[in-house]
Amino acid sequence: MELNWTFIGQTIEFVIFVWLCLKYVWPPIMAGIEQRQKEIGEGLEAAERGRKSLEVARNNAAEQIKATKKEVAEIMEQANKRQAKILDDARAAANEERLKIIEQAREEAEAEANRVKEKLRREMAELAVRGAEKIIRKNVDQNTTSSIISELVAGAKR
Amino acid sequence: MSDNSEKDVHQYIEHHLHFLQVDLRDGTVVNAVTKDGQPCHVTDILTFNGCKAAHTSKDAGPAPLINPHTVNVDSLLVSFVLGALFIGLFAAVARKFTTTGKPGKLQTMVEMAVLFIDGNVKSIFTRRSRLIAPVAITSFIWILLMNIMDLIPVDWVPDLAGLLGVPYFRVLPTADANITMSMAVSVFVLMFWYTFTRKGVMGFVKDITLHPFNHPVMIPFNFMLESISLLSKPISLGLRLFGNMFAGEMIFIMIALLNTAGTFYTQPLLSVPWAIFHILIICLQAFIFMMLTVVYLASAADENE
Repeated sequence: MELNWTFIGQTIEFVIFVWLCLKYVWPPIMAGIEQRQKEIGEGLEAAERGRKSLEVARNNAAEQIKATKKEVAEIMEQANKRQAKILDDARAAANEERLKIIEQAREEAEAEANRVKEKLRREMAELAVRGAEKIIRKNVDQNTTSSIISELVAGAKR
Repeated sequence: MSDNSEKDVHQYIEHHLHFLQVDLRDGTVVNAVTKDGQPCHVTDILTFNGCKAAHTSKDAGPAPLINPHTVNVDSLLVSFVLGALFIGLFAAVARKFTTTGKPGKLQTMVEMAVLFIDGNVKSIFTRRSRLIAPVAITSFIWILLMNIMDLIPVDWVPDLAGLLGVPYFRVLPTADANITMSMAVSVFVLMFWYTFTRKGVMGFVKDITLHPFNHPVMIPFNFMLESISLLSKPISLGLRLFGNMFAGEMIFIMIALLNTAGTFYTQPLLSVPWAIFHILIICLQAFIFMMLTVVYLASAADENE
């Protein structure tokens, strides 16, 4: 072991290299690393934000689908109700119409029956009169007999 | 190593542990001669004149701890190349840094290194400082690259250097105490800078005299204790790295020495497991140096300490 000028030379080298490192190596590399750390951090933050907004959008979509389904169900229900009502109404109207028609038919039938009755009564009365005429012509005074017949006819009308 | 005599072993080890040292007084390479036996000059190497290792008359007596005349060219060159590689690579990535789109593999690797250092520094050095992180990453990556040089097979670089006429070449700068102690002392100076700028001179004086026993009578004792603990920091920091890497290199050399003509398989058999294990030490020592640097600087800068 012998200490000589190498010692001084190495000290000078050490000072030079530390100075060079201090000036051209450490600060730019550190600045670069910090810059990238910042960028990576920002990137991660952005990704997190994206993930959150995606979740929000997904929730929104789910909610919207739910609301739409509800609306559809409501509309369906309304439609069903409406259909039922229409059917009921139609049924009621048809029923009314039927009753009306039946009523009318009955009235007509009654009127026809009345008419036929009247006609029958007339024919019977005529027949009776004619019968009576024949009887009376054979027997008694015609006038007295016809009044009696008229009385009979009036009685039969009632 | 076909002839495994004691002299050869000694020479082999010495050669592998010898730096490419230049004497700054006359520009000669220490312990090297040219082909004609003259002392090898730096220009001989630069002109590929060819030098080889040899002991000269200059090499007398034990080596002093501090030699004010020489410089280890190989350590400085390798450490400079690796430091430049680190700065060049990272600065190139920093220049083309993209924050949009997919980053490249190189950029990702650099980012991982930067974030690793940043996390460690922020957990220890809680005050704001522009300097601390660059110091930490420079020492970590640079020392890591230098340590990795230990994984180059131990004979390759010295033998290749020999072919090119370079008498010695040690490729592992962190096995040079100059390199590690220089960095440790730089950290030590930075500790003082942080203490003086964050706590002031009085803060430093209080630190060193009123801890751990806050009583006037204990000031000499505290001073002794704190001085030792303060001074031991750079020494342990530098010597830990040096010792680990030197020992690792030494073991590779020892394993290479076992490789005689009859047992050519010992080197791969032993050095591969050791290299695999050494990868751990390489990373660990670089990490420990960086962490201790940050810890020392943090304790120097922390006003509450």
